[in-house]
Amino acid sequence: MKLITAVVKPHRLDEIKEALQAFGVHGLTVTEASGYGRQRGHTEVYRGAEYTVDLVPKIRIEVLVEDDDAEQLIDVVVKAARTGKIGDGKVWSIPVDTAVRVRTGERGPDAL
Amino acid sequence: MASTAITLAAEAPKLSAANTGFMLIASALVLLMTPGLAFFYGGMVRVKSTLNMLMMSFISIGIVTILWVLYGFSMAFGTDSGSLIGWNSDWLGLSNIGLTELWDGYTIPIFVFMVFQMMFAIITPALISGAIADRVKFTAWGLFVALWATVVYFPVAHWVWGAGGWAFELGVIDFAGGTAVHINAGAAALGVILVIGKRVGFKKDPMRPHSLPLVMLGAGLLWFGWFGFNAGSWLGNDDGVGALMFVNTQVATAAAMLAWLIYEKIRHGAFTTLGAASGAVAGLVAITPSGGAVSPLGAIAVGAIAGVLCAMAVGLKYKFGYDDSLDVVGVHLVGGVVGSLLIGFFASGHGQSDVAGLFYGGGLAQFWKQCAGVFAVLAYSLVASAVLAFLIDKTIGMRVSEDDEVAGIDQAEHAETAYDFSGAGGGAAKTAVAAAVAAESKKVDA
Repeated sequence: MKLITAVVKPHRLDEIKEALQAFGVHGLTVTEASGYGRQRGHTEVYRGAEYTVDLVPKIRIEVLVEDDDAEQLIDVVVKAARTGKIGDGKVWSIPVDTAVRVRTGERGPDAL
Repeated sequence: MASTAITLAAEAPKLSAANTGFMLIASALVLLMTPGLAFFYGGMVRVKSTLNMLMMSFISIGIVTILWVLYGFSMAFGTDSGSLIGWNSDWLGLSNIGLTELWDGYTIPIFVFMVFQMMFAIITPALISGAIADRVKFTAWGLFVALWATVVYFPVAHWVWGAGGWAFELGVIDFAGGTAVHINAGAAALGVILVIGKRVGFKKDPMRPHSLPLVMLGAGLLWFGWFGFNAGSWLGNDDGVGALMFVNTQVATAAAMLAWLIYEKIRHGAFTTLGAASGAVAGLVAITPSGGAVSPLGAIAVGAIAGVLCAMAVGLKYKFGYDDSLDVVGVHLVGGVVGSLLIGFFASGHGQSDVAGLFYGGGLAQFWKQCAGVFAVLAYSLVASAVLAFLIDKTIGMRVSEDDEVAGIDQAEHAETAYDFSGAGGGAAKTAVAAAVAAESKKVDA
């Protein structure tokens, strides 16, 4: 199994979710995140005091998949997340030893 | 505040139910300003100090109310002694005041005047709290409020508004508290922060307001309550001066908000929410001493000038390196000075008295009187407040530990957190498992 993690622009979430559903993914986890890469932050001004806010809001999507589906699924996420502008984010995968469905106790690919 | 005896002097005033009712409502409006201030300040601090900021205002309601009843009213408005302080033993604890006994020269009972003025005494120390955000022990603050009210506010209110007080007798115009409230609180703020020092990370860490909607809510409540503060200070409306004050309060505030926004759009490139709220408060502060003396067009000028000057003044703390956290000096001290001194130029001669300023053919005589009132109160409050803060700091200590300040004063001093947005916190409904376990044990009990 693989864990696919995508850190992307928040407003792409719905596109990515729909694309993954169409692909056949049954579940994913989303968390709000913040960070920076090549996209720098912005400047805010409060009573004349300027603050550089360099952590930009992002969302982090995590999906567990079987090994064979991983590369294709990454492509689906990348396609749905892309706007072509700086700050589109990153997608990566790492191997996963085991996974358990809490309700039934199923293990491995059956738990997905 | 009425600075001269009103026209009813010929015959003894009778109790007016209309004025009495109006003044009771005005008193409630002035009280509302303190919670409004709490939100105005509370939204401006970082999340970890929100509750402490709110509480510094609320505790002033508690402490000053009691002191005012016990001896504050007597010190501020009792029989004058040496033009510096009042005293009336019948008023101690409000124990010997007849319910229908009228405030001398007016149409409202002493009780009504007393409670109206109580609300002023409450908000003035609360105003100071904005300068000392994030870092002062709550017990030290409570002690400071009690001492400051006694040593600074009660005497200064007597100077400015009490019959026999030196500024009152000199003819210094302070309709509703530009000097006694705003300059007084702003100068005190400066005195205290010079003693206690900066927040950890000042000028280094970002200290953004955590909730501008709360700031706007607070500014709105202040604006609303300020009508009671200003229009109510004429203690009735038999001659229309209270209504003039009401109108000018609205006009100057609108002008100041626009002026601050335009200034910062030009200077910093954006119309900010915080600028709108701050500009409105700057206008309210500036019209407070002057609104009874100027015309509505004069109020536009006073508001606009205060809006721009206060917007410029809030940057000074970075230049001079003093940490006036929420700009009490920049908004209240500067706004109060601007409003008080502009009376010398814009007094129309057709408001609360026939005193005319420079632009209305009256020369500079009033301006010099205003200067005397402004700088005497500024100097006294600055020095006395610094001394009080110093004494408290040397005894019980003014500041929380650096660790507590960094971790957040809310948890250290109040054992609470302002917001809990996590779904994982305690107090959740019982899960099915927990309910089943509970049902099981119940059966056993039966």
